Amino acid sequence: MESPEQIRDRLLARFPGAEISVVTNPGIAAQHSLLLGAAHARAIAEFLRDDPTLKLDQCSNVTGIDWPEKEIVETKNISTPDPANPAAPPKVVEQKTKRLQPGFLEVVYHLYSITHRHGPVIFRLRTGNRTDQATVPSLTPVWRSCEFQEREVFDLFGVTFVGHPDLRRILMWDEFKDHPMRRDYVEPDDYEWEPTPHGAVLEKAKAHYPTPPAPAAVAPVKGAVA
Amino acid sequence: MSVSDLSALNAQRATPGARVREVHDSFHGDLLEVSMGPHHPSTHGVFRMIVTLDGETIVKLKPVFGYLHRNHEKLGETVTYLGSMPYTDRLDYLSSMTNNWAYALAVEKLAGQAVPERAEYVRVILAELTRLLNHTCLAGFLMQDCGCSGTPLMYAFREREYILDLFESLSGSRMMCNYQRFGGCRVDPSADWLAGAQKLTDRYGTFLDEFETLLTGNEIIMARTQGVGKLSPELAISAGVTGPMLRATGVNYDLRKVDAYGVYPRFDFRVPLGDHGDVYDRYMIRVLEMRESIKILQQALAGLPAGPIMDPKAKLRSFRPKAGEAYGRIEGPKGEIGFYLLSDGSPNPYRYRIRPPSFINLTVLEDMCLGHTVADAVIILGSVDIVLGEVDR
Repeated sequence: MESPEQIRDRLLARFPGAEISVVTNPGIAAQHSLLLGAAHARAIAEFLRDDPTLKLDQCSNVTGIDWPEKEIVETKNISTPDPANPAAPPKVVEQKTKRLQPGFLEVVYHLYSITHRHGPVIFRLRTGNRTDQATVPSLTPVWRSCEFQEREVFDLFGVTFVGHPDLRRILMWDEFKDHPMRRDYVEPDDYEWEPTPHGAVLEKAKAHYPTPPAPAAVAPVKGAVA
Repeated sequence: MSVSDLSALNAQRATPGARVREVHDSFHGDLLEVSMGPHHPSTHGVFRMIVTLDGETIVKLKPVFGYLHRNHEKLGETVTYLGSMPYTDRLDYLSSMTNNWAYALAVEKLAGQAVPERAEYVRVILAELTRLLNHTCLAGFLMQDCGCSGTPLMYAFREREYILDLFESLSGSRMMCNYQRFGGCRVDPSADWLAGAQKLTDRYGTFLDEFETLLTGNEIIMARTQGVGKLSPELAISAGVTGPMLRATGVNYDLRKVDAYGVYPRFDFRVPLGDHGDVYDRYMIRVLEMRESIKILQQALAGLPAGPIMDPKAKLRSFRPKAGEAYGRIEGPKGEIGFYLLSDGSPNPYRYRIRPPSFINLTVLEDMCLGHTVADAVIILGSVDIVLGEVDR
């Protein structure tokens, strides 16, 4: 099967101006992937499915990945030679620069060819950010197997698939608000009173009941001897 | 929903074959919407279908999931790689051994971990026993759905019990086996255990003969299942249908042959294929696959080499794979079960994703049920072979 670089070159020849790059997988598995821009994603997907040498007719797996905003600290050593004494060793100052890498959501597709029995060809789509531009084009019209899996990514990650025929929540209930697979998801604070809390539950209990309720007075059993 | 909505509904449907009959006479009134499940015995767990009926004919069917959802994938991100292994048992709880194997395979791909030959053979033996167990149970449940109440299911459960006894004596647990490790298996099977497995393999064919005499040529079963829930090979491929469901449509795609993982290339077995893609074919494929599994089991038990069961270099404690990602898949009894793992070099996976075969096979449930009756929808769902622990995760 063609390598991701060969596929990229062929795609660039077919779709001039499309954003396609190879994402290298540094791990031992070395399953490299293609990063596609949203504008041409649908056309490229159709090409991958119909191209006679690739014929990737099965989209096996669709999944989301959350990459939250990350602060990257870069340390740089700046050496300044002493102007008064050029022979002396230069003064080294460590300079730290902070850079905010914007967050985004990623959708990964694993494609296989049942006709030619090869694969996987992996490609990724990225959203603009994690809030108002969390959209990618839907590939359900290309591969039917994306239907439920894209709904799942929408439900759990909050990626909106433009062009999906039936984009609803699938595993969580319809009234649910947040997206639980996001890395900054905070689970709801549904504390229920426990008579003997301990550990993390005790901390939660203190937050809910700064002064714990007094134990309920037990009514004496009728006929009991005091 | 009224009859006049039907043309709008038809216009929405992208796929051919998913169109419904339009009714124009005055006798047929409004369509009836029925909620089947989640507490319906025929839905194999807490699965729900919202079925729109025209008389008794299904014109629309929407599956509803999530009653068993526990966000398994989020859980996988909070524990170590090995910590997820017992959780994989709870996905498809009928076939925990193959779930374990799929996960171990993905992690071994991620970390570049080798597996000793004896462990590969033991994995094959356990996977094929799991396939026998799963297909036997499925055939029993399918016959229960058809209305053969009791007998076939009890026959199937009797045989399942013998296989579960083997699992219990090997791993300590009947269903939640937690047996595979990264780089091998947890315990070495004893000579007694292997003799037990051999005995079971030798007499399983006799059970299948008995089971088939009862069911395969049965006129009522043929009338109920033939031509019901047809699936075309094109739609099956496009919808990512895998496993016996895909092969029943005639597509020759078995990961044991295609990916040739483990030591499967050493064994001589055939891949049964269907002709029509209906419920009967799906039943028949599973029976034939069981016969092939017995062949694999005989060869694997005869050729089991001596040696270590775990790679001595395998690291169980403080296991940290290099940053990177890997997708590993095997042919589970229900279809392609895959694990996608993304490592950032920490002890926990950054992303842990399961490709659930029965969840994706349900994509085409509506297409298979349209035009059939409610009673047929029950057996079509039964022939898909779902386990809700895996569908909802």
